[in-house]
Amino acid sequence: MSKPKFAMYWSGSCGGCEIAVINIHEKILDVDANFDIAFWPVAMDAKVKDVEALEDEEILLCLWNGSIRNEENEHMAHLMRKKSKLLVSFGSCATEGCIPGLGNLFPVAELIDTAYTTLTTDNPDNIRPQTVTQVPEGEITIPAMKDRVHTLAQVVDVDYFMPGCPPESHQIAAVIDLVIEVLQGKAELPPKGAVIGAGHSTVCEECPRQRNLKAIKAFRRIQDVAPLDPELCILEQGVPCNGPATRSGCKARCPSVGAQCIGCYGPAEGVVDYGARLITAFASVIDSKDPEEIEQILDGIPDPAGQFYRFNLADSLFQAGAPAFKKNEV
Amino acid sequence: MSNDKTNKIGVYVCHCGTNISHTVDVAKVRDWAAEGLGSEGVVIARDYKFMCSSPGQELIEQDIKELGLDRVVVAACSPHLHELTFRNASKRAGLNPYLTELASIREQVSWVHTDKEAATEKAKAVVTGAVERVIENEPLEELKVAIHPDTLVVGGGIAGIQAALEIANAGKKVWLVEREASIGGHMAQFDKTFPTLDCAACILTPRMFEAGNHPNIELMTWSEVTNVAGYVGNFSVTIKKKPRYLKEELCTGCRICIEKCPTKVVDQGYEAGIGYRKAIYTSSAQAVPKYPVIDTENCNFFQKGTCKVCEKSCPTEAIDYEQKEEFLTVDVGNIILATGYDLFDARKVSNYGYGRLPNVFTSIEFERMCNAAGPTSGDIVLRDGKTTPKTVGIIHCVGSRDRNYNNYCSNICCMQSLKFAHLVKERTGDTVYDFYIDMRTPMKAYDEFYQRVLEEGTLFVRGKVAQVTDAARKASEEGKLMVQVEDTLIGKQRRIPVDMVILSIGMEPRHDAKETGKLFGIGCSANGWFTEKHAKLDPISTMTEGIFIAGTATGPKDIPTSVAQGSAAAARVLNMIMRGEVTLEPIKASVYQGQCSGCRICNSLCPFNAITFLEDRKVSEINPALCQGCGTCVAACPAGAISGTGFSNDQILAQIDGLLMDVTLADA
Ligand SMILES: Cc1cc2nc3c(=O)[nH]c(=O)nc-3n(C[C@H](O)[C@H](O)[C@H](O)COP(=O)(O)OP(=O)(O)OC[C@H]3O[C@@H](n4cnc5c(N)ncnc54)[C@H](O)[C@@H]3O)c2cc1C
Ligand code: SF4
Ligand code: SF4
Repeated sequence: MSKPKFAMYWSGSCGGCEIAVINIHEKILDVDANFDIAFWPVAMDAKVKDVEALEDEEILLCLWNGSIRNEENEHMAHLMRKKSKLLVSFGSCATEGCIPGLGNLFPVAELIDTAYTTLTTDNPDNIRPQTVTQVPEGEITIPAMKDRVHTLAQVVDVDYFMPGCPPESHQIAAVIDLVIEVLQGKAELPPKGAVIGAGHSTVCEECPRQRNLKAIKAFRRIQDVAPLDPELCILEQGVPCNGPATRSGCKARCPSVGAQCIGCYGPAEGVVDYGARLITAFASVIDSKDPEEIEQILDGIPDPAGQFYRFNLADSLFQAGAPAFKKNEV
Repeated sequence: MSNDKTNKIGVYVCHCGTNISHTVDVAKVRDWAAEGLGSEGVVIARDYKFMCSSPGQELIEQDIKELGLDRVVVAACSPHLHELTFRNASKRAGLNPYLTELASIREQVSWVHTDKEAATEKAKAVVTGAVERVIENEPLEELKVAIHPDTLVVGGGIAGIQAALEIANAGKKVWLVEREASIGGHMAQFDKTFPTLDCAACILTPRMFEAGNHPNIELMTWSEVTNVAGYVGNFSVTIKKKPRYLKEELCTGCRICIEKCPTKVVDQGYEAGIGYRKAIYTSSAQAVPKYPVIDTENCNFFQKGTCKVCEKSCPTEAIDYEQKEEFLTVDVGNIILATGYDLFDARKVSNYGYGRLPNVFTSIEFERMCNAAGPTSGDIVLRDGKTTPKTVGIIHCVGSRDRNYNNYCSNICCMQSLKFAHLVKERTGDTVYDFYIDMRTPMKAYDEFYQRVLEEGTLFVRGKVAQVTDAARKASEEGKLMVQVEDTLIGKQRRIPVDMVILSIGMEPRHDAKETGKLFGIGCSANGWFTEKHAKLDPISTMTEGIFIAGTATGPKDIPTSVAQGSAAAARVLNMIMRGEVTLEPIKASVYQGQCSGCRICNSLCPFNAITFLEDRKVSEINPALCQGCGTCVAACPAGAISGTGFSNDQILAQIDGLLMDVTLADA
C-alpha cells in the first residue's frame, strides 16, 4: 500500500516555520516513515507541474506557511487547496499575516520605494522591480504584489489553524503524532476549523509569574526596567506584555525567561480582534483618572501598531471582515 | 448569513403617527423585511400606525400565537422607551421576552434625517441588523432577589427628615445619615417661612425631634457614606462616623462644656458668618442630636496641647480627646438621596460689593439676623451691630437667571425676597425697595402674599441692578449705598440711596454633588443637579434602580415641594419593600473558566464588586447577583473569556453583518 502524501509549502514568510519543522529532530523520521513527501520545495526537488499532475485531494496533509503577498502565492494557495485533503494554515504568517501583514499599513508602491531606497541599498540607477521585463531572450515576468497581505484563510478554505511564529516544535511533534494516530485509526481528527497545536486560554495561564491586582502608572520598555523582578507579572512592572491576550501553547517561553510576550501565538479562542482586546485590557488597568496623565502613560507605548498588531494586522477587523473580503475580492 | 436555525421571525414597522412615516417609507421597509429577509427566517412583516397601542401590541401577540413566531423585531422608537412594552407583549403571548428586539428607526433614523429615500434605506439596514441579531438571541430568565427592608436616607434636611419619618412610621427601619452635627438643613437657619410666615423652628423642630427619637430611625449625624456596593434590594453601605470627641452615651446635653469653653470662633456654618460659636458647639440649642462636637482646628487642646476645660467641666466625663473615626457597614434595600443645595457665592458678582461693602448682606445672613435666636436676637441692624437702617434694598436673582453665573431660576428667591420685605417693614417700618427682574409667585397662596407685601408699601422697581456702590456723587449720597438700576417700567436709570442691601442669592448644586452622584451611581445634569429618571413622570427616581432623590438635590424648590418629594420617595421605597422582591434583568456577564487565564486584569474593574479571583484555581468568577451587566469586564478581558448575555459577540457581530448587508440589491 502506498503511503499517504505529505506537502509543505511556503509563501510570504521568513522560513522559520520550515526550520521549526526540522527542529522536531528524529520525529521527522516518523513523517518519512508514514508519508510519501509529494512536495516540499525547501527539503526536496519537485515542480509545480508535478503537483498539478496529482488527483484532487491526493495529498492527505499540506502544511502551508506564509502569507498571501503576491499573485503567485494566491495561485499556489488555490492549487494546494485543490490537491490537499487537509490544508493546515501553519504558523503566524499563514494564520494572521504576521510581520509581512504589517506591510498593510502602507500602500504597496510605498513599500517598494522604501525597500529600494534604504541607506544600505546599492541602487545607483534607482530601479524598481517590474512585473514584465523584456530581455534579449524574450519576455520574463515576476508575480505582482497584491495590494495588501491576506491570510491563507482569507483566500481559500482552511481545515486547521496552527498558530505560532514559529509553532513550537513540541506542538508540531504532537500534531504529527496525532495525524499518524488518526491514520492508524487510533484517534479522531478535531472538527474542521479548529486551532491545533495550541491551548485555549492565554499565555498567562502557563506563565509562572505571580499575578496581583493591576494598577499601571507608567509603561516602560523592558531595558528601562532594571532589574526586572523575576517573580512578578511583567505587565504589573509596567512592561507591556501581550501575554494576557495571546493564545497559550508556547509554555510561556518569553515571560519565563524574563522577556515580555509579543503575541506570536495570536488571539485566544473567541477573540475577534486581538489588538482591540489588548488595547481595552491595557487601558483598563491604567491607574489614573486624569486625561492628561492617561495620555502621558499611553505615550509609554511608542509604537501601538507594533505593540498590538505585530502579528495580527492582516487578520484584524481593520482589514474588513473576512466575509466582506470574500464577497468583493476573490 | 443564512439562518440555519430555521426561525420564524415577525417584523413590525411602526409609523409612530407621522413621527417615523414622515421621513421613512414604512411600506418599503415592511416589504424589504418580508421579501429581502425571508431567507433569514422572516415569515411575516407588518406596518401599523402605533405599534405601542393596544391593537398594535395585540398584532404581535396574535401572530406569535397563530403563526408560531419564535423571534420578534419591532422597528419603532428607542429601546429606552418601549423595549419593555414589546417584550411584555411577547411574554403575554408565551414567547420569552428576550427573543424580542427593538430596532430604533425613530431616534436613529427619522428624527435625524430629512432625505426620505436615504432614510428609508438606513431604516432597512437597521431592521436587517436587528433581524440578524435576534436570530442569535437566547431565551433568558429574569432573576428574582429579595429586597432588604431597611432604607438609607442621606441628608437630614427637611426632605430627608420627611422621607425618613414616612418610612419609619410605616414600621420600617431607616438609617438617616447627616454630614453635619445636627439634622435640619437650611430650614433650621430660617426665621419665618413664606407664604404663611409660621416660624421655621416651630414647624421644623418637632420633626427633628421625632426623627432623632424614633425607634425605627438610626440617626447618624457627623457621618458620611464612603462606599456603596451591591444593587437594588441589596446595597451594602459603608458609613464613616467622624469623631465628635465625646462619648454620646454619657453626654446629657447639659451644654456646660459649651458655656465654659474659652474659645469663640466666627460661625461660618449655621450662623452664616454673622455670629459666633465656641470651639465645642452644637449648631443651636435645638440641635438634634443634642451632643456637641469639638472643632479641632480651633480647640486649644488640639492646637496647643493645653486647656481641657470641657473635660474638666463635664459632669459626666463624656469628653474623649482620643476618639477616632469609626466605620460601619450596613445593609439596605433602597437609598434616598436628599443632600440639598449650596448657596451661590455672592462675592462673584463683584459689582454688588458683597464682602467689600459692609452693609451688603446675603439672604442667608439676613435669615440669621431676623431669627429671634440668632446673633442679633432678631434685630435688623447694620454690620456695626447696633444701627437700625432706615432704607433697605433687596435684590433678586443674584447669581440666577444670569448667563455669567447660573442660567436657571432659583425658584424661591422671589418669595424669599418678599418675605424679607415684609419682615423689614414689620420690624422697622423702614422704606423697602425690592429690585426684581420678573416676579415669580406661582404656587399656592404665593401671589396673594405678593399682593399683601405690595399693600404694605414696599416699593418695587423692575430692573436688573447694575451696581451697588458707596462712592457718593453728591453730598446727599454720602454714607449711603447707592443702587444703580434701570427702572424698566418707567424707562429711566435710577440711583437709589439705601442703608442696607440684601442679596437674594441663588441655589446651587452641592459642591460635591458630582462625587456623591458617582458614589451612588447616578448622574447629574449639566448644571450639576441630580438627574431624574424622567423629568415629568418620574421625578424622584434615578436611572439606577433602588436609588431615589428628593428635595433640592434635584433642583431649586421650596419647602412644600421638598417635603412632597420626601414623601413621594418614601412611598416608592415602601412600594419596593412591600413587593418583597425585585426582578433583575438577566443581562449578566459570566467568565468561561476554561478560557480564563487568571491574568487578573478584570479584577479591580467591576463597579459593583461582582468579580472575585479564585486563588486556588487561578481563575476569576462573577457573582451573577451582583453583576449589573454594565459590560466593563467583557470589554476588558483580553482572553475573551467573559461574555455578556444579551450582548454576546455573536449577537453584535451578526447585527453588524446585518447593518452592512446590501439592502438595495434585493429591493430591485
Ligand atoms: C434664604 C432662604 C430662605 C428660604 N426661605 C424659604 C421659605 O420661607 N419657605 C420655603 O418654602 N422655602 C424657603 N427656602 C427654600 C428651602 O431652604 C428649601 O426648599 C429646603 O430647605 C430644602 O430642603 P432640603 O432637605 O432639600 O435641603 P437642605 O436643607 O439643604 O438639607 C440637606 C441636608 O443634607 C446634608 N447633606 C448634604 N450632603 C450630604 C452628604 N453627602 N452626606 C450626608 N449629608 C449631607 C446637609 O448637611 C443638609 O443637612 C429658602 C431658601 C433660602 C436660601
Ligand atoms: S480578564 Fe479575563 S482572563 Fe483575565 S482574569 Fe479576568 S476573566 Fe480571566
Ligand atoms: S458586566 Fe462585569 S464589570 Fe459589569 S457588573 Fe457585570 S461583572 Fe461587573
